[in-house]
Amino acid sequence: MQFIARRLATYLVAAWVAVTVNFFIPRMMPGNAVTTMMAKFPSLQPGAMKALEAEFGVGHAGSLLHQYGSYLVDLSHGNLGLSTNFYPSSVATVLGQTIPWTLTLVGTATVISFVLGTLLGILAAWRRGGLLDQLLPAFTFLQAIPYFFLALLAIDAFALHWHIFPNGQGYSMGLVPGWHWAFIKSAVYHSLLPALTLIVTSMAGWMLQMRNVMITTIGEDYVLAAQAKGLSNRRVVWTYAARNAILPNIAGFAISLGFVVAGALVMEYVFSYPGVGYTLYNAVTSDDYPLMQGIFLVIAMAVLLANLIADAIYVVADPRTRRRAAY
Amino acid sequence: MAIGVLSPEPAVTTRRRLSVRSYPLKAKIGALIIGIFVLVAIIGPYIAPFDPSAINSAQSSPIGPNAVHLLGTTSNGGDVLSQLLVGIRSTVVLGLVTGLIATFLSVVIGVSAGFLGGFADEGLSLLSNVFLVLPALPLLVVILGYLPEAGNLVTAFVLSVLGWPWGARVIRAQTMSLRSRDFVAASRETGERTWRIIFFELLPNEVSLIAASFVGTVLYAVLTSVSLAFLGLGDLSSWSLGSMLYWVQNQNALVLGAWWWFAPPGLCVALLGTGLVLLNFGLDELGNPRLRDAAGQRKIGGHAWRPADPTPVLRELQAPRRRLAGAFASLSSGAGNGTQSVRSLLGPHRGAPPGGGEAQ
Repeated sequence: MQFIARRLATYLVAAWVAVTVNFFIPRMMPGNAVTTMMAKFPSLQPGAMKALEAEFGVGHAGSLLHQYGSYLVDLSHGNLGLSTNFYPSSVATVLGQTIPWTLTLVGTATVISFVLGTLLGILAAWRRGGLLDQLLPAFTFLQAIPYFFLALLAIDAFALHWHIFPNGQGYSMGLVPGWHWAFIKSAVYHSLLPALTLIVTSMAGWMLQMRNVMITTIGEDYVLAAQAKGLSNRRVVWTYAARNAILPNIAGFAISLGFVVAGALVMEYVFSYPGVGYTLYNAVTSDDYPLMQGIFLVIAMAVLLANLIADAIYVVADPRTRRRAAY
Repeated sequence: MAIGVLSPEPAVTTRRRLSVRSYPLKAKIGALIIGIFVLVAIIGPYIAPFDPSAINSAQSSPIGPNAVHLLGTTSNGGDVLSQLLVGIRSTVVLGLVTGLIATFLSVVIGVSAGFLGGFADEGLSLLSNVFLVLPALPLLVVILGYLPEAGNLVTAFVLSVLGWPWGARVIRAQTMSLRSRDFVAASRETGERTWRIIFFELLPNEVSLIAASFVGTVLYAVLTSVSLAFLGLGDLSSWSLGSMLYWVQNQNALVLGAWWWFAPPGLCVALLGTGLVLLNFGLDELGNPRLRDAAGQRKIGGHAWRPADPTPVLRELQAPRRRLAGAFASLSSGAGNGTQSVRSLLGPHRGAPPGGGEAQ
């Protein structure tokens, strides 16, 4: 417990740094929300600039410290400012609409690819030189293809050529999002191709790492001793070898869970999927600075949270970490 | 503090040197692929038959491969082969530079944090967590959103600074696990200095992780920069594999069916990545004997045995199901990591005289 408490403190500090970086980035960079709005609506009188500055909170009234204070207060109320793109919607509203898409699709795909990759890695290591092990270079190739390239080829083949899957978007045109069967069916159908491409490209990484650590673990004396005792193969593989070899993979998985929100950027762009990544892309191309900042903050917080969960799992999985807390 | 003093000749003579011929096949193939890419990165721009940016304003659709344009042209007459030869350079350089800097950082920080523990670990973990929460792609997208004219230099810099925590975390975890093993405890008891334990006891056991980390970082740098360019956020004025793919998408090469235009840059990135991972496989096998000897394995009693395994003593049991298990003659044969703990307790490593660590 002491270990978790200390970690929690660490993450609080990290969260503060992320928030602060997010505060300083726009202040070090040229361009702001008001100039975007003025450019977007040329009919606005110069006098409107003052009103807009007040509304978007730019123009930087008061000292830097004062701005920082009000920025923190706004944040604690969940106030991320207004989006220029979806004006007058707030950034928080836009995020609330986009996060569920990304979390569901990419979260599911990541979990599937982790579980599948780890299992295949265990199998490949246990059956050294077997069929799966021989196929590794092919998996390597899949991992090395740029994701969007594979996705484009998949869209070209499955959507445009064979018409098996839709070629993009989150759901069919004309449907109203909500908890009814027609919408859910359409959303799942639209998510199949993006999910498949994500799994195919990311599975190989888990598999390779698991296989390599697993092979080293199988060579350990205690695995040998377990076999010498005459334990069943199943018990040796799962309770002795895989249980220990999975630790680096768990550490990696947590980090990748945080990137769930982020790594989807390219996928969502290619598939025009209505998630966080696509929104970030649109925010960047249309200079929607408040939205960019808000999304960046959400992604950073997601990574932090994922790391906290990872630490908790790691403590459960590796007793040595628990003993270390006594130092 | 010469190491040569405490381990005179036995260390060199007893260790079997691997000749180039005995390197693992995967490493050779990987190194060959990387070598070709590095070669193209060096000479590519000089052997490109055309100016990659030259366009033919009279042309409106892509032309397939022919004698003049070996890989065909883009829809406005640009020579695909020339773009490829010129573009590989910036992608390879960006990947290698980022990989070197980031791996160096992750080894230094990961090993120090994992080995030293205590306040150092807290501080360094905090540092890597802070960098870890700054996800590279979105941050790059945001920065490039503010600074549209920023080029490869900014990309490489941000990628290096953000690319190390991944490796550092994995290396730290492995170091934490290794430092509580017997052989590290034994060398600490014999009075080995901290730097010597780190460089001669820990790091050799982490070579595969470090190599994996390097390969992972180069791959990450190549793929991230290519993705950025593909999104139209990279440096589109210069040629790279990423900017080629941007124009492929932008000018609908896939819909036009111009495979000679969209396939080469995509395949080049995939080939470069495959080469890196194969090289990593080979490095792994060099550093870890257990991964190496798949070729020398023999099937005895339904179980594949490798030279590093203990000698199997097989005995037929009544129950056919338990036939496989057998009894093991000894625990201490073989040369793998697993036996190291036994050996380091029996005596000092690699021919060093007893108490040698102290004597220096």
